[in-house]
Amino acid sequence: MATKRVLIVGGGLAGLAATMKLAELGIDVDLMSLVPVKRSHSVCAQGGINSVNDLTRQQGDDEWLHFDDTVYGGDFLQHQPPVKEMAYWGPKIIDLMDRLGVTFNRTPEGMLDRRRFGGTLFKRTAFAGATTGQQLLYALDEQVRRWEAAGKVKKYEYWDFLGPILDDNGICRGAVAQDLVSMEIRSFPADAVVVGSGGPGLIYGRSTMSMACTGSAASRCFQSGGKYSNGEFIQVHPTAIPGADKLRLMSESARGEGGRVWVPRTPQDPREAVTIPEGERFYFLEDRYPKYKNLVPRDIATREIFDICVNEGLSVEKDRQCVYLDLTHIPRQELDRKLGGILGIYEKFQGVDPRTTPMKIFPAVHYSMGGLWVDYERSSTGGLVVGSPKNHITNVPNLYAIGECDYQYHGANRLGANSLLSCIFSGLIVAPGLENLLKGAKQAAAELPSSLFERSRKQHQSRHDALLKRSGGGENPYLIHQELGDVMTKVATVVRRNDQLQEALGKVSDLYARAKKCSLSDTGTWTNQNVVFTKALLDMFPLALTILKGALQRDECRGAHFKPDFAFGSLTATEPAERRRQAEAWCDRFEANNAKWLKSTVAQWTGDEVEITYEEVDTSLIPPRPRLYGLVGADDIEKVWNQRSAARETAQNGNGSTAPAKLAGAH
Amino acid sequence: MADSHHNPNASHSARSFEVRILRQDGPGQPSYWERHRVEYEPEMNVISVLQRIAAKAITADGKHVAPVAWDCNCLEEVCGACTMVINGQVRQSCSALVDRLLEDRPGEIELAPMAKFPVVRDLVVDRARLFRALTKVKAWVPVDGYYDVGPGPRVSPATQEQSYPLSECMSCGCCLDACPQYLKVEVERLEGESAADFEARANNEFDRSFVGAHAISQAMLFNSHPTGATSAGPRLDALMAEGGIQVCGNAQNCVAVCPKNIPLTTSIGRAGRATTIHQLKKWFGA
Repeated sequence: MATKRVLIVGGGLAGLAATMKLAELGIDVDLMSLVPVKRSHSVCAQGGINSVNDLTRQQGDDEWLHFDDTVYGGDFLQHQPPVKEMAYWGPKIIDLMDRLGVTFNRTPEGMLDRRRFGGTLFKRTAFAGATTGQQLLYALDEQVRRWEAAGKVKKYEYWDFLGPILDDNGICRGAVAQDLVSMEIRSFPADAVVVGSGGPGLIYGRSTMSMACTGSAASRCFQSGGKYSNGEFIQVHPTAIPGADKLRLMSESARGEGGRVWVPRTPQDPREAVTIPEGERFYFLEDRYPKYKNLVPRDIATREIFDICVNEGLSVEKDRQCVYLDLTHIPRQELDRKLGGILGIYEKFQGVDPRTTPMKIFPAVHYSMGGLWVDYERSSTGGLVVGSPKNHITNVPNLYAIGECDYQYHGANRLGANSLLSCIFSGLIVAPGLENLLKGAKQAAAELPSSLFERSRKQHQSRHDALLKRSGGGENPYLIHQELGDVMTKVATVVRRNDQLQEALGKVSDLYARAKKCSLSDTGTWTNQNVVFTKALLDMFPLALTILKGALQRDECRGAHFKPDFAFGSLTATEPAERRRQAEAWCDRFEANNAKWLKSTVAQWTGDEVEITYEEVDTSLIPPRPRLYGLVGADDIEKVWNQRSAARETAQNGNGSTAPAKLAGAH
Repeated sequence: MADSHHNPNASHSARSFEVRILRQDGPGQPSYWERHRVEYEPEMNVISVLQRIAAKAITADGKHVAPVAWDCNCLEEVCGACTMVINGQVRQSCSALVDRLLEDRPGEIELAPMAKFPVVRDLVVDRARLFRALTKVKAWVPVDGYYDVGPGPRVSPATQEQSYPLSECMSCGCCLDACPQYLKVEVERLEGESAADFEARANNEFDRSFVGAHAISQAMLFNSHPTGATSAGPRLDALMAEGGIQVCGNAQNCVAVCPKNIPLTTSIGRAGRATTIHQLKKWFGA
C-alpha cells in the first residue's frame, strides 16, 4: 500500500504543533503555507500563554478554574468538553514548550515568571518578553525543521490552498493548491487535510492581523460544504496603534504589567499628558470595574474605550479617537525586560517613547472566535477522548480544522493569552485522532483513481485562466477590498444595530457582484500577486455575509456581540424590595434569553447565499450564569441567581441526578 | 475604529513624491528602473506606498504596468518578510516611515530587492538558502519527544536575558545582505530536472557557501541551552566545515544593520572560540 499522508494547510502555531506531533507518531506530513512558516501570523501574538501553575495552585487556582474563567469570559457559548480538556493540558503544554527551548522570562530562582491577563484574578500567563507568540512559533518551527531534515515533513511554502478535493461520496481526499511563484496548479492526494489557516481579519480591511489572514482557506472549505460557526463573534482588541496600512496590536500585557488606561477629565485637554495632575485624570476602567480594574475581559474594555470617546466625548484628541495607555509610572528597566518588544513597536511606528509619554491607543479588529464548525468526542469525565478521529473534524469527512480558524474554544469572547494555548492544544490533540483515522482507512488516497484529482485540478485551473483572460476596464480589486473593509468595520465591530446590518448585507452583496467583475492589472503567469489577491478577495464575501447575517439574526448581547437595543442594563431601584424585584426580573429575562440564544450559529453556503441554523451548546459541566462584570446591582443579581441555582441543585439531587456543578467566583 | 483617522499634525507638506523601483520580471531577466508618483498621506510607510502603487499600477509617465510584486506579512517588524533595500539600506519596508525617508532624501524614495538573494520578481527574493543554513547548524533543541515528561531545565534570568535577544532573530536576512563575505548563489532549475533533484542540488550549493551571521548566532543560542548543548559538537563541526565561520571577514556590517539589535558579532566571537577549542579537543582526542 502507498504511504498515507496528512496535508496541513497553514504553518502557524496550530499547524506546526500538528505537524510535529504527527511526525513523532510516524506519519508523513505535507505542510503548506502562503508564507515561509516562520513568518506566520502567530509571530504577532505578544502577551503570553495561560496555564495553571504551582504558584497559582497554592492561591486556590486549579485547572477547573481556568476552564471556568474561559467559559465565563466566553459567555458560555462554547461546548465545554474541549475547553475543559484544554485547561487540563495547559500546564503540560507550557512544560513542553519550555523543554523545546522557548526563552520564557524567569524568576530570580530560574522558574518561569508569570503575569496576569484579563478575565482572571490569577497570574497564569507565562511569557517571553512581549514576543511570546514569536518565541513559541520559532520553537515549533525548529522542531518541524528537524523533522524536515529527517524526511518526515515536506514543506510547500508560498503555496495557496485552493480547496479540498471531495470524492463522489463527499469525502475529502486531498486538496488543490497553487504555487505562488510559478503559478502551477496541482493536486495533493491526502488521507486527511487539516486546515489551520488562522483568522479572516482582512475582511475588515485593516486589523491587527497579518496580510496572509484573508480567511480564504476557511472560506474555500465553507464553499465546499464545510459549516462555519459563530462567525459574528469577532473580537475587537481594546488597545491598538492606528496606522495607514495596519492597526498594530498593543498587547494586553501592557495592562498586565500595570499599565493604566485614562483620559483627561477636561475633554481634549491641550496639556502634555504627563503634566496633567492625577486629580484631573479619569481612570475610567479602574473606576467602573474596581475588582478587575484595567484587566476586564476584552469585549468590555473595548466597549468602555469606544464609549468614552464616541458617546462621552472624552477622546484625547479632537480629530481622532484615542485614549491614553500609560506605563510611565513603571521603572524603565522593568519595562524593557518585560515589554521591550511591544514598546519598541510603538516607538518605531509612532516615533514616541512610551516609557516617558503615555501611548495613544484605540480598539481594532483582532481575532475571530468563530470559524469552521468542528466536532469532538466527549469522554466519560467530560473532557475529550484522546485519539478519537472525531476531534476537530469538520462536517466533511477527513477534513479537519484547528487553531483560530476553528470555532471551538472561545465562545462569544476570547480571554487574553488563551489563543496561543488553544492553537497549540488543537494541533497536539488532532494528531492522535488522525493516527487512528489513518489506521482505519482501507486505502491510501494516493491509490485512488487519478481522474478524481485531475477533475478538481482542472476546475481550479479553469477558474484561474478565466480570471486572467477577463477583459480590462472592470472593477479594481484593491478598491473593492477597501470598501468591504469600511462597511464591515462600521457595522460589525463594537456596536451592532439591525438597521445598519440589514443595509450592510445589501451593500456587501452588491460589492460581491462587482468583485466578480474585477479585471486584473497583471495577467502574467509568474508570481502574479494580483490574481492571487483577487481570488482571496472573492472568497472574503461568503464569510463577510456569514458574519453580517449571523449578527443581524442574533438579537441579544453576548460577549463580543453587542446590540444596545437588546442590552439588559443595570438595576435602578434603591429601595431593597424593589431592587430585589428588579433582580428577579433581570434573572427571569436572562434565563429566557439563554433559552432562546445560548446556541451556536451554524452557517452553510448554498452557492450564492448563507443559510443559518442553530445548535445547542454542551453546558453540562458548568451551568451558565450571568456575566456581571461591573454591572450596577451585580451583587443583588448574583444573590438571586445563586438562590435559584441552589434550588435547582437540590431539586436535581433529589431526583438522583448528577453531582452539582461547581460555581466559581463570578464578576 | 482606529483606522479611520488622520493625523492633523503631519509635519510633511509635500503633495506627492517619486518612488523609483528596481524591477525584474523573473529570474535571469534584466532588471530596470521604473518611476511611480505617489500622493503623500500622513503616517505612510513603504508598505502603504507599495499598496497605493499596486492599486493604481500606472507609472509616473502614465504607462499601465503590472503591479510591483513584493513580500510582506505582519507589518510590525516581527515576521521578516518585507525586507528590501530602501534608499540604499537593507531593512524592513513596514518600519520604513515615509516622513523619515523624505527627511533624509526629499521628494524621492528608492526601492530595490535584496542584493544577495536571487530575485523571484521585482522586490521578491528567494531566501531558501537562509533557512537551509538553520538546518545545517541544527538550530533546534533535540528533545526526546512531545509527550508530557515534566518541565524543562531551570534557567537563570541571566541566561534567559542572553538567549532571548538571539531568539528574536526573524530570519529576515539583513545581516547577510550587508555582509561582504556573503555572495549571491543562484541555482537555476535545469530542463527536465525534478523538483526534488533541483532542491537537493541547490541545498548542496548552499551548504558549500557561507552560512552567515544569523546561523552562527543560532548555533550559539542552541549550544547555550542545557538540552541543546547535547548537539554542540555537530553544530561546531558544521561551523568548521566549508562555508563555515572561517569565511567571516569581521567587517561587522551584520550587527550594524540587524533590525533587532542582535549581538551578532558577540555570537561570532563566541563561535570562534568554541570552534577553536573544539578543534583542539579533536586533535588531542579529548
